[in-house]
Amino acid sequence: METSRLRLRFVKTDNPPVWVRPLIPVLALVVTFILTSALIFWANANPFETYYHFLIAPLTNKVSALEILVKATPLMLTGAAVTFAFAAGYYNIGAEGQLFAGAIAAAGLGVAMKEVPAFITIPTIVIAGFAAGMLWATIPALLKVKLQVDEVVTTLLLNSVMGFIVSALLNGPWRDPNSGWPQSPEIGASAIFFKLIPRSRLNLGFVIGLLVILVLWFVLTRTSFGLKMRAVGLGKPAARFAGIHVGRTTLIAALVSGGIAGIAGVAEVAGIQYHLIGDLSAGYGYTGIIIATLGSLNAVGVFIASLFFGLVDAGAQTVSRVLGVPVYLGEVTQATMLLVALGFFLLQRYRLRRM
Amino acid sequence: MEIFIINLIGATLRVSTPILLAAIGETYAERAGILNLGIEGTMFFGAFIGFFVADKSGSLWLGFLIAVLSGVIFGLLMALLTVTLGVNQHVSGLGITMLCTGLSLFAFRLNYGGRSIPPSIESFQQLAPFKNIPWLNTLTEQYLFTYIAFLVIVPLAWWLLYRTSFGLKIRSVGENPEAADAAGVNVFAVRYAALAIGGGLMAAGGAFLSLAQLGAFTHGIIAGRGWVAIAIVIFGNWNPVRAMWGALIFGGASALQLRLQTMGLQLPIPYETFLALPYIVTIIALVLAGRNASYPAALLKPYRRE
Repeated sequence: METSRLRLRFVKTDNPPVWVRPLIPVLALVVTFILTSALIFWANANPFETYYHFLIAPLTNKVSALEILVKATPLMLTGAAVTFAFAAGYYNIGAEGQLFAGAIAAAGLGVAMKEVPAFITIPTIVIAGFAAGMLWATIPALLKVKLQVDEVVTTLLLNSVMGFIVSALLNGPWRDPNSGWPQSPEIGASAIFFKLIPRSRLNLGFVIGLLVILVLWFVLTRTSFGLKMRAVGLGKPAARFAGIHVGRTTLIAALVSGGIAGIAGVAEVAGIQYHLIGDLSAGYGYTGIIIATLGSLNAVGVFIASLFFGLVDAGAQTVSRVLGVPVYLGEVTQATMLLVALGFFLLQRYRLRRM
Repeated sequence: MEIFIINLIGATLRVSTPILLAAIGETYAERAGILNLGIEGTMFFGAFIGFFVADKSGSLWLGFLIAVLSGVIFGLLMALLTVTLGVNQHVSGLGITMLCTGLSLFAFRLNYGGRSIPPSIESFQQLAPFKNIPWLNTLTEQYLFTYIAFLVIVPLAWWLLYRTSFGLKIRSVGENPEAADAAGVNVFAVRYAALAIGGGLMAAGGAFLSLAQLGAFTHGIIAGRGWVAIAIVIFGNWNPVRAMWGALIFGGASALQLRLQTMGLQLPIPYETFLALPYIVTIIALVLAGRNASYPAALLKPYRRE
C-alpha cells in the first residue's frame, strides 16, 4: 500500500558528515538567541538593537575589544582548571573556592612583599596562588582517593566554607584600615600585574592564561601523563587493568586543577582589583565548568569558548548600561547556550533517514 | 538552660524544613538514577517566583503553587536532557542551576531594581496550637509547611518509595534499568516522574524560605542549602526517613550558630566559624557515612534501549 507520508527515523552514526560539525555551534547559537530574546522583549527592548550592543558593539572599538580579553582571562584559567580534572574523570566543582584560596594568597603576599622588587614578587604570588588552590583542593581529593567520598558534594560544600573564610578575613583582620570597607588593604605596586596595553585593563594575567592553555594542550596531547589521565577518565577499571596507578593519577589531576583555579584568583587580585573582595569572582569557577564542556575538554576548545564568553560578559554590561536590560542576561545566555549545545552535540551523532 | 534547649529544638525544626524538602526531592531523583545538581537553582527559582507571584497577586498560596509548578518544569527539563538525550548529569544539573539563578536575578532586577533593602511581603503566619503552655508553644509554634514536611511528606515519601509499585519502579530503574525494562517498566516515564516530583519538592523548599521564614527574596537566600541537601541524601543512604535525621543534624548546627550569634557572646573566633560549622559537620558526616554509602547502581548512567 502506498502512503504519501514521509516516514523518518533517527539512526545512530559514528561518522557524522563533515558539513554537520561546523553547523552545530551555529545552530546552537541561533536557538540560544531565539530563546533568550523572550527576556529582551520582557525588558521592553528591541532584540536587534540589544543583540547589536550585546555581540557586535564590543568588537567595534579597541577599548571594549580589549575588555573582552580581560573578561576572558579568568574563564581561560578556570576552564583549563576544570578541564584538567574532568579529563581524568574527577568532577572538581570546587574551582570557585580554589580561586578564592589563590586570591587570599595573592592579597596576603601582595601586601607583605611591598618592599620586594616586582621580578621576585610576581612569580612568588603566582606560585603561592597555585599552591593555595592546590592545598584547598587537597581536602576533597584525599577524601576521594583514600576514603571514596564523592568529590562533587565535598567540593560544592567547600566552596561555601571558603566563602565564609573570605568573609571572616574581610570583616576581621584584613578589613581595610583606610576605608573601613570589607576589602583587604591594597597590594604593593611590586605585586601588581603590569598592563600589556596602556590605558586598558588588559594585563599580564591574560598572558599567564594563554601559557596555562598551552601547557594544558601539551600535557593532554603530548605526554604520557595526559594519556594516563584520559584513560582514567574513560574508565577506571580498564585503566587499572592497563597498569595505571588510578589513585595517584586522580590525585595529581585534582591538585593541579585546584592550582590552576588558584592562579585565576591571583590574576583577579593582582591584575584587576588590587584588593581581596567578596565579589572577586562572578561565579568564574562555575562558568569554568561550562567552558570546559563547550570546549569538549580540549585546550583549543577552552580557549575559543573563553573568548566567546568574554564577549558575552562584556556585551551584557554594555547592554545593561546602554539599554537598561539587566546584566544577568549574560548569565542566562551562557547557561542556555550550554543546555542547547549539549542537546545539539548529541544530535550530530544521529542522522535523519527516510524509512 | 531548658529554655535554651527548647528554643534550639524549635529553631532546628524551622531551619531544617527547606533542606528536608529539597533532600527528599533529590532522594527521588537519585533513586531513579539521576543526580540532579539543578537542586540549588531550582530552590533559588522557587524562592524567587514564589515571592514574585505572591507579591504581585497578593496570594501567598498562589505564589507557593506556582513555585512548586516551576520546580516540576525544571525537573522535566533535567529529564529531557539526561533521560531522553543522555547528556552528562553533572553538567546538565549545573547548567540548570545557572539558568535558574540567572533567570531569577534577571527578573528580580527588572521588577525591583537594584535597591539595597530587599523588598518584603507579609509572610505566612506560624501556627500556635499550644498557646497556653509556654514551653510547648516555643516548640510547636511553627509554619504549616514544617508540620507538613515532617508529619506528611516524610512518611508519605517513605511509603511511596518502599510500599507501592510506583516506588518499586523508581528503585528498579535506578538500580537496574535493563531488568526493569525487561519486566515491562517504562524506564523513561518513571525517571521523568521521579525528576518532576523531586523538582517540585526542591522548589517548595526554596519557596518556604521566601514565603514563610524570611518573607523576602535576597541574592543569598539559598546560600548552598541545595548542596547540603545533596550531601544529606548520601548521608541518609537514599532513604527519606534517614534524610530527615541528616536534615535535623544540619538544621541543629545552623540553629545553634544562630543562637550563639544572637546571644552576642564576645568570642575569640570570628562568627563565620559558626556559619561554616554546619557545612563542616556535613562533610564529616559524609565521610563517616561514606564507607556504608550504597549508591543506586545506575546513578549517572544514561539508559539506552538497544
